[in-house]
Amino acid sequence: MSLPESGTILPPSDIGPTASPEAEVCCAHCSLPVPPALVREHEQAQYCCPGCRTVAEAIQASGLSWYYKLVDSTEPAQPARTTGRDYQECDDPSFAEAHVRTTARGDLETVFYVEGVHCAACVWLVEKLPQVVPGVREARLDFGRRLVTVRWQEGVVRLSQIARALDTLGYPPHPVRLGSEQLLRREEERRQLIHIGVAGAIAGNVMLIAFALYGGWFHGMETGFRELFRWTSLGLAVLAIVWPGRVFFRGAWAAIRTRTAHMDLPIAIGLAAGLLGGAWNTLHGIGEVYFDSVTTLVFLLLVGRTLQERQQRKAFDAVAMLSALTPRTARRLEGAELREVPQAALRVGDRVEVRAGESVPADGRIVEGSADFDLALLTGESVPERRGVGELVHAGTIDRSDRVVVEVVQTGADTRVGQLMQLVEEHARRKAPLVRMADRLSGWFVSIVLLLAGINALLWSSWAPELALEHTVALLIVACPCALALATPLAVAASIGQAATRGILVKGGEVLEQLAEPGLLLLDKTGTLTEGRMELQSWQGSAQARAAAVALERRSSHVLARAFVAGSPEGPQLAAEQVHETVGGGLRGCVSGQEVLVGSPSFLAKHGVALDIDGSDAALALEAVLNAGHTPVGVALDGHWAGWAGFGDPIRSDSRAVLDHLRARGWQVGILSGDHPRVVAAIAEPLGLDPAHCQGGMSPEDKLRVVEQEAATQRVVMVGDGVNDAAALAAAGVGIAVHGGAEASLAAADAYLTEPGLGGLATLFEGSRRTLRVIRRNLLLSLGYNTLGVTLAMAGWLHPVAAAILMPLSSLTVVSSSYRSKPFADR
Amino acid sequence: MNLLYLILPLALIIGAGFVAAFVWAARKGQFDDLETPAMRALFEEPARHDSAAKNFAEEGNSP
Repeated sequence: MSLPESGTILPPSDIGPTASPEAEVCCAHCSLPVPPALVREHEQAQYCCPGCRTVAEAIQASGLSWYYKLVDSTEPAQPARTTGRDYQECDDPSFAEAHVRTTARGDLETVFYVEGVHCAACVWLVEKLPQVVPGVREARLDFGRRLVTVRWQEGVVRLSQIARALDTLGYPPHPVRLGSEQLLRREEERRQLIHIGVAGAIAGNVMLIAFALYGGWFHGMETGFRELFRWTSLGLAVLAIVWPGRVFFRGAWAAIRTRTAHMDLPIAIGLAAGLLGGAWNTLHGIGEVYFDSVTTLVFLLLVGRTLQERQQRKAFDAVAMLSALTPRTARRLEGAELREVPQAALRVGDRVEVRAGESVPADGRIVEGSADFDLALLTGESVPERRGVGELVHAGTIDRSDRVVVEVVQTGADTRVGQLMQLVEEHARRKAPLVRMADRLSGWFVSIVLLLAGINALLWSSWAPELALEHTVALLIVACPCALALATPLAVAASIGQAATRGILVKGGEVLEQLAEPGLLLLDKTGTLTEGRMELQSWQGSAQARAAAVALERRSSHVLARAFVAGSPEGPQLAAEQVHETVGGGLRGCVSGQEVLVGSPSFLAKHGVALDIDGSDAALALEAVLNAGHTPVGVALDGHWAGWAGFGDPIRSDSRAVLDHLRARGWQVGILSGDHPRVVAAIAEPLGLDPAHCQGGMSPEDKLRVVEQEAATQRVVMVGDGVNDAAALAAAGVGIAVHGGAEASLAAADAYLTEPGLGGLATLFEGSRRTLRVIRRNLLLSLGYNTLGVTLAMAGWLHPVAAAILMPLSSLTVVSSSYRSKPFADR
Repeated sequence: MNLLYLILPLALIIGAGFVAAFVWAARKGQFDDLETPAMRALFEEPARHDSAAKNFAEEGNSP
């Protein structure tokens, strides 16, 4: 291959996958089939989508076509995605404050979460960034976390240029907050790893020495060597306890101080007994030492603990990244110009543009245009509301129809969302930490072991006083609940990992324990039980009136108007004339020479349509629509009522089956919704829910109150997606956020379902139940080993060899029991 | 057999050396990301590509 000449764009097919002329045409970038409509006859390289074309051209232009040699063709292909945004917000000073840091050498550094990373070739391409953008010193990609760290020279290149380059290469970047907590966490992870390494090395060496001692016990050994081995292993054991092992003593001390049960307490007692007893015996040259058991214990416990934390952190990270994906920018009007700025940079009085499909960045007043706003995330109300000039819109509500300009009146913590977030934080702090089963058990465990040790010491001192200390120490060591302490972390780590592969992110092991037993399940209606969009549910009236209404509705962008058109049969299209739309009311126009009105009951009434005469067809039909929980839209022809259309949010097809399944398991199910009580009743009835637990018209504060009340007497699980649910999610025993949830609810929830619908909920509950079964089995196994060990010790038969075999054996049983179980696998 | 008095401490010292190397590596962040470096090892590209890319970069031909 010759050198590409400067400035020319080399067709990727030169080096990449070739588009075959016959049969299926494959995309030159991602190898997916190209839709026939997009095939360009005269070109050599074909692309499946504009995204791939942009990216491939960018790769060519930067001379990085080697990428195609590296692409792993066995990986599932995915088309490239670019946003084409200009990332102006990255240059804003407030952005730099939160996201950019200065390195020791005076360069600037930031971290982006990048989409679209899928194979090793992506690592190569992203790290070639310095070639693409002059001024970038280095780009390092962490493949597992999809995080790229970019270092660049100040003044030579702007961050927005770097972000744009990543975007055109097919890796849309999202800023990641560079807090001190990330650094602390990294330090913590390294420290844990060092502790495990040191504990493992010590355990291995002590084990080797112990083998020599056991050999000596069977075949005899010179006292000098015996002393050497015992003193060496004592030294190593002390090191293991005071360095990596001190974390257990810290935990035990905290448990004593706060008078709570914690697994660390029995562990610390066992470790201390082993070390002190062994040291005493070494010093006096008598009895046995148990240093191999003690050091192995420290190592295994640290491994179990770290495994669980890693899995939980992964789930935590995944949720945090989801919130990083929600754009936190706003388009500010500066004179006639639009400028993309971070939301944090907005000030009261700024004017921002909001387009259809976007969420409002701050509380504000509309100064231009009007649109339908979806308030579902904020209030739970499923019918979008029309807002026009002069009206207030809240941050977090979504513009569903038209472009508006909003003047900011409140920002940040002062907005409605900000206030709700404060409520969430308050309740997250107040929530009592859940006590794990293993910890509860450990309280009993300590009392029983200490009691037995006391009895043991008493009995032996009356029979053979010289053996009393020896046997009591042996009992305390063998009673150290190694397997007990491994039982929960390993089972939980395995479960959380499996759940993540099924799209369920669980932030902690306590969550699984909580969900295993039935209680009260409270659901938010929008987005959880229902599809979260309006659909035409019923029509009462003549076909003629319907056709006329459709003709008129075609001219409107209102959500209900669009639903009306979509839900009506295709017929001959009538032409509407002189259409006039009243914001928040309805439409008036002329169809086939008739005057047609379409709109809310009040809109019709205002235009002189008689609706409220008791017993009239219109009034009866309206009553029926309202009772069904639907939103009515009326049609009038020449000033006379001609029909009602009922709109509602359809129930998800899987909702009923999932709820029936949960009820069969003993769960009580209820609804807490911000929607009108009548709408809630209409949803609850077909799902067969107990009306006593279904409440509508709830404000976020109401939801919080109900959850707190119920939580006082029973286990409460709250499922929701909105900002309005966030406080209730935080207050509930377990809060579960569902697909498409607001950032606030993600932060407040203990678990997150990434797939829409309730299917994931059933899997989570079932998986939790099975996880708990594994935990119980593990606990039983380890208690069995402990009982055996304690019995041997009390009888005075426990030799260090027996202890050394019993302890790892019990741990191994628990490890294999945890990893063989598949709580989240399909049945 | 008296050699044991020498060999055991010696073995431990050598072992400690490896542990120290491990601790140093962990503190330096060598184990922070265990996935990506394995992929980087796969990148092998002809040298001429580098020069081609450099030409582009110097001319400011960034996309």
